[in-house]
Amino acid sequence: MSFDPVAAVLIIPLAAAAVLAMLPGYWLSARLNVVAALVTFLTALSLFFNRPAAGLYLQVDDLNNVFIVLTTFVGFTTSVFSASYIGHELEAQRLTPRFLRFYHAMYQVLMFAMNLALVANNIGLMWVAIELATLTTVLMVGIYRTHEALEAAWKYFILGSVGIALALFGTILVYMAATPAIGEGLDAMVWTRLIARASQFDPALLNVAFVFLLLGYGTKVGLVPLHAWLPDAHAEGPTPISAVLSGLLLNVALYALLRFKMLLAANPHALAPGPLMVTMGLMSLVFAAFMLYRRRDIKRLFAYSSIEHMGIIAFAFGMGGPLANFAGLLHMTMHSLTKSAIFFAVGHVTQVKGTQQIAKMGGLTESNPVLGWGLVVGVVAIAGLPPLGIFMSEFLVVTSTFAREPWLAIVLVFGILTGVGALFLQLNGVAFGEPRGGNAEAKASYAPMFAHLALVAVAGVYMPPALVSWFQHVARLLG
Amino acid sequence: MSGLDFDVAHLLAGSLVLISFLELYQDRLYALLNVFALHALVLALSVAWQAYVQDAPHLYLTAALALLFKAIVIPVSLHRIIVSLGIHREIEKVVGIGATMLFGIGLVALSMVVMLRVTAEAGPLAREDLAFALSIVLLGLLMMVTRGNAVSQVVGFMSLENGLVLAATGAKGMPLVVEISFAFSILIAFIVIGIFLFRIRERFDTVDLEALDSRRGERR
Repeated sequence: MSFDPVAAVLIIPLAAAAVLAMLPGYWLSARLNVVAALVTFLTALSLFFNRPAAGLYLQVDDLNNVFIVLTTFVGFTTSVFSASYIGHELEAQRLTPRFLRFYHAMYQVLMFAMNLALVANNIGLMWVAIELATLTTVLMVGIYRTHEALEAAWKYFILGSVGIALALFGTILVYMAATPAIGEGLDAMVWTRLIARASQFDPALLNVAFVFLLLGYGTKVGLVPLHAWLPDAHAEGPTPISAVLSGLLLNVALYALLRFKMLLAANPHALAPGPLMVTMGLMSLVFAAFMLYRRRDIKRLFAYSSIEHMGIIAFAFGMGGPLANFAGLLHMTMHSLTKSAIFFAVGHVTQVKGTQQIAKMGGLTESNPVLGWGLVVGVVAIAGLPPLGIFMSEFLVVTSTFAREPWLAIVLVFGILTGVGALFLQLNGVAFGEPRGGNAEAKASYAPMFAHLALVAVAGVYMPPALVSWFQHVARLLG
Repeated sequence: MSGLDFDVAHLLAGSLVLISFLELYQDRLYALLNVFALHALVLALSVAWQAYVQDAPHLYLTAALALLFKAIVIPVSLHRIIVSLGIHREIEKVVGIGATMLFGIGLVALSMVVMLRVTAEAGPLAREDLAFALSIVLLGLLMMVTRGNAVSQVVGFMSLENGLVLAATGAKGMPLVVEISFAFSILIAFIVIGIFLFRIRERFDTVDLEALDSRRGERR
């Protein structure tokens, strides 16, 4: 039997989850978690060179390959961060060893579910995978079992379930639209066959289906006004989970939406999905930018910043065309790397200061220079200042919009600048001035944070031509 | 499809919409659970009829799952949870019954207008099923937003999900229906276990905005 990297990307996390569920002890399981995530990442990298043909259930093409590699990479670095973060939580006795075993197993199940959603070639299977990812993150958000954590988990659960249910209705409608052209049975749910025949589908049914899918998966992306679960879930769960939620799970949901957008784009009579995504994207951007000013909890602050950036990404993909899609892909990659780096920093900051309240922390660059400056660089990056990667991608989004729809570009720039102001206002209090707040020892591993920030910095100055041409190719695929 | 096949399927799907309305005006939790059990029973009958008409034996599995799990296990365990957690037996309403019913009628009209128009090419049974299914989904959503406590929200979610199962079985030859209904059952089981473990009694749990004071605006 030959080596099948697609199956391996799924089997490794699942096997690791089974082992981790049984392993007692923090030392070994945290390391095994890292090793499993690293092996998954290396396997995902091999997909660039060795890619099996699309089957009825699984497929890897140029589009999801990018997503898989990004997901497994951030999954790996987050597992490194998680090892040091969770060690501290164990010492502080916020987590018991029993919950820890559960946490590590769930981490790998989440990786499995996200990888499955990305490689699924079957829209039903993709739906099941996203449901599984929702369930595992709900369990992890509630893991501290405080009143707030349970409340956040419950809210996420109910809103997520409703979103998932609406997405299923949309999926059924897509199947109904496909059966006259493809025939009944499994074939009418296989994405590669759907896209080949999409021009023959009934456009009216496809339109209604997309509205449900946009509402359903849009809830998971965190687009305003469906975002209510997102800040709570980020603030109350363990910080590694906030990093994975922001950096990865939102992308996975957006990926699902993009697949269906491609179906609509392939049908000349269906409604253009772009304007819907543009509207929701701009709403998310402007709303979240204003919300940033009044945040008092540092993890909620960056959760709103994620809503803002998912808005920009949805906007870019909604605009469509090679340039805007390219910018959207780049922005998504940069946002994943930067936001997870910020959450790595924030995780250690909250442990050092013993609080998540912004008002109770200050002078971080003085009390903990490495951590403090790491956070500063991260926020500068996420705010989109040159020469870092997000500046590049935001610049591309803005210029490509100015060329086509100047009025939309004005709203876009307004939203981005509003967000920048809020971030710097908040950063000023946390990073500079007199040191305030607790001063526990930081037993941090800074490697994941600086690795991400270094990648973002390099991407801002120099992008390898191979990567650029790959992204350009994918951008053309997206239409 | 012969006349009788269509008529029975139509009757069962239509009854589901009516039972959804019955759920909307219950003001006692126990009565609500009984009505929901009826909803699940009719769904099981409807799915079994589809299995017979479409000659799709795997759908009997979905029907059995609906019957066992949603018509018996879930109502019984919710009943016990209400007793053991001492939840108020009366349902708090955010919107009055009259307004809710009128709104529900509007939603059914909306789903008829939308679905019948866009499915002109599909078979008559699939069209009606989809229109009924969307009505049930929307009525379930309406129940979730107009009722204040966790148990009645869960019941709203489950009847919403019954609508989805109806749609999935009505779409002829749709694969993975059994798997999807199973995945949904797991989701619901989690929710019910969640109520019990998290001891969610009254109002902290809702999507009702007033209830989330402790989080909203981060007042502390």
